[in-house]
Amino acid sequence: MSVLIFIDQSEGHIKKASFEAAAYGSALAKQLNTTANALVLGTVSDNLAQLGNYGVSKVYQIQNDNLNHVDALVYAKVISGAVQQLNASVLVFSHNQTGKAVAPSVAIQLKAGLVTGACALPTTDNDFVVKKTVFSGKAFAYVKITSAIKVITINPNSFGMQTAEGSATIEQLTVDVPAPSVKVVATNKVSGEVPLTEADIVVSGGRGLKGPENWGIVEDLAHTLHAATACSRPVADAHWRPHHEHVGQTGVQIAPNLYIAIGISGAIQHLAGVNRSKTIVVINKDPEAPFFKAADYGIVGDAFEVVPKLTAAIKAMQNK
Amino acid sequence: MKILVCISKTPDTTAKIAFKNNNTQFEDAGVQWIINPYDEWYALVRAIELKEKDPSAVLHLITVGGADCDAIIRKALALGGDEAMRIDLETDDAYTIATQIATVAKEGNYDLIFTGKETIDYNGSAIGGMIAAELNIPYISLATQFELNGSEAKVTREIEGGEEVDVVNLPAVISCQKGMAEQRIPNMRGIMAARTKPLKVLNAVATEALTHIVAFELPPAKAGVKLVPADNVEELVRLLHEEAKVI
Ligand SMILES: Cc1cc2nc3c(=O)[nH]c(=O)nc-3n(C[C@H](O)[C@H](O)[C@H](O)COP(=O)(O)OP(=O)(O)OC[C@H]3O[C@@H](n4cnc5c(N)ncnc54)[C@H](O)[C@@H]3O)c2cc1C
Ligand SMILES: Nc1ncnc2c1ncn2[C@@H]1O[C@H](COP(=O)(O)O)[C@@H](O)[C@H]1O
Repeated sequence: MSVLIFIDQSEGHIKKASFEAAAYGSALAKQLNTTANALVLGTVSDNLAQLGNYGVSKVYQIQNDNLNHVDALVYAKVISGAVQQLNASVLVFSHNQTGKAVAPSVAIQLKAGLVTGACALPTTDNDFVVKKTVFSGKAFAYVKITSAIKVITINPNSFGMQTAEGSATIEQLTVDVPAPSVKVVATNKVSGEVPLTEADIVVSGGRGLKGPENWGIVEDLAHTLHAATACSRPVADAHWRPHHEHVGQTGVQIAPNLYIAIGISGAIQHLAGVNRSKTIVVINKDPEAPFFKAADYGIVGDAFEVVPKLTAAIKAMQNK
Repeated sequence: MKILVCISKTPDTTAKIAFKNNNTQFEDAGVQWIINPYDEWYALVRAIELKEKDPSAVLHLITVGGADCDAIIRKALALGGDEAMRIDLETDDAYTIATQIATVAKEGNYDLIFTGKETIDYNGSAIGGMIAAELNIPYISLATQFELNGSEAKVTREIEGGEEVDVVNLPAVISCQKGMAEQRIPNMRGIMAARTKPLKVLNAVATEALTHIVAFELPPAKAGVKLVPADNVEELVRLLHEEAKVI
């Protein structure tokens, strides 16, 4: 019995959300009086021993050319093989694109109960019960897992990066790797931008900005804060901004530390994608905009005047 | 070409979220039910487009649920599709739902299985990957574009910080999201036709649930917004820096 944390990597770099998954898995292992180990697939250039800083004892690595792309079928078989070989009883993923692609298939291979989108450590004294977000962040459910092996995916930014001091040992693992089930013909990364689901700060614009030509003030603020940019659905539908920026119930769901909404009214479907943000700032010229009810801080004012001033004030603070 | 689209029923996106029976059940009084938007707008419409291009294609819809799903399934049939199946079982366990669908899918020999990216009530993002694993066929999640080329499909899917284009041999399971298709409104002819399309009610196969929802909870109410005057953005910066500690 042990906890195994899946470490997601992209082009050799460990994803931020995986450090959080490691911290979560380690805290869970402590609670269960067992060890936390990590599993990484493919070739990694980052130093894997640093996972010890998040409480991981040992990192198992499986290297094979077929593992450099996330192929759900292949990954599921390889990860399940590793879980069986290592006799792990709880498997933790981040609820990111890779976790969503792979964890459900792994759960089937292992006949393990799965809870996706967990937002807190499970209770384990009697039953194994995991808290997860449901209704697109509008509520929580407590889900009991009754199978011997349990699979959990955790929402990014829901647990935090609790660190310890330590260095993990690294061990190569041999598991049968099946042939790829899909062929990757192209990868288009949005370069130079902070990925939306990984961002600590997100600056978002709505229809109140009137047109795509006015997005400079949003981008300047985002750039100053090293933030990702997002938008409301009508903005993406009108092609003012790319679709991958659309947040909400039918778009990307995010939970950054800070969400700044500019010229967005705060419709319930929009809130569903952003209401797990730790701090919400709303800038809207209409004091009756529903978003103010969901906000922590707000400015009633014209975005075209307020936002450049805000950017300048942040720059002034940063230069102090 | 045989296509299966998985359809689930969810509360309307504006429905008030509340719970009953000591917070163990969703309060459905007065709630309007809709087809899960990802299933309707993206999975189903893209499948209908494939059938419009190749009229010999067979398009089946499937749902796992009680008789109260029938209205939703009829609405889906009004958009398109040849026939629907409802597996008569109410469960909150993803493994059970996936196993029911996989059992039908195996017998039906489908070339393509479409699901939505997630249900907007349970937010599982799980059923598609589970069906694929049960059938031991490829799974492409979070698809934004889908092109069919004989027995091969070219699928664009979301990955962290970008997208990836995959080529896959059918059969495969695809979870669909925005980009796959444009939302459609059912027309009168479709609604009339849906009344006579077969809706088969099937018995569930025996499975043992691996998870169970024991309780729901609503998040604590927000403390209330702190408004800062528009001519004092420095104060907002100070609050974000010193009080919220987020910048
Ligand atoms: C099933 C369904 C799913 C949906 N899913 C989503 C989703 O995922 N995401 C999403 O965002 N929406 C979604 N919507 C749409 C949603 O209901 C709203 O229509 C949408 O969020 C409104 O976008 P907006 O706030 O940008 O525009 P508006 O509602 O038009 O609001 C614009 C705001 O800008 C303010 N404003 C105008 N000028 C200025 C100025 N100069 N300075 C400052 N403020 C200004 C106005 O006061 C107003 O509050 C969905 C709808 C449905 C029915
Ligand atoms: N009860 C159900 N019956 C049929 N399909 C379902 C059911 N529940 C979920 N699905 C499908 O699986 C997708 C993902 O659901 P989930 O894993 O619950 O987020 C949905 O978008 C549907 O296409």
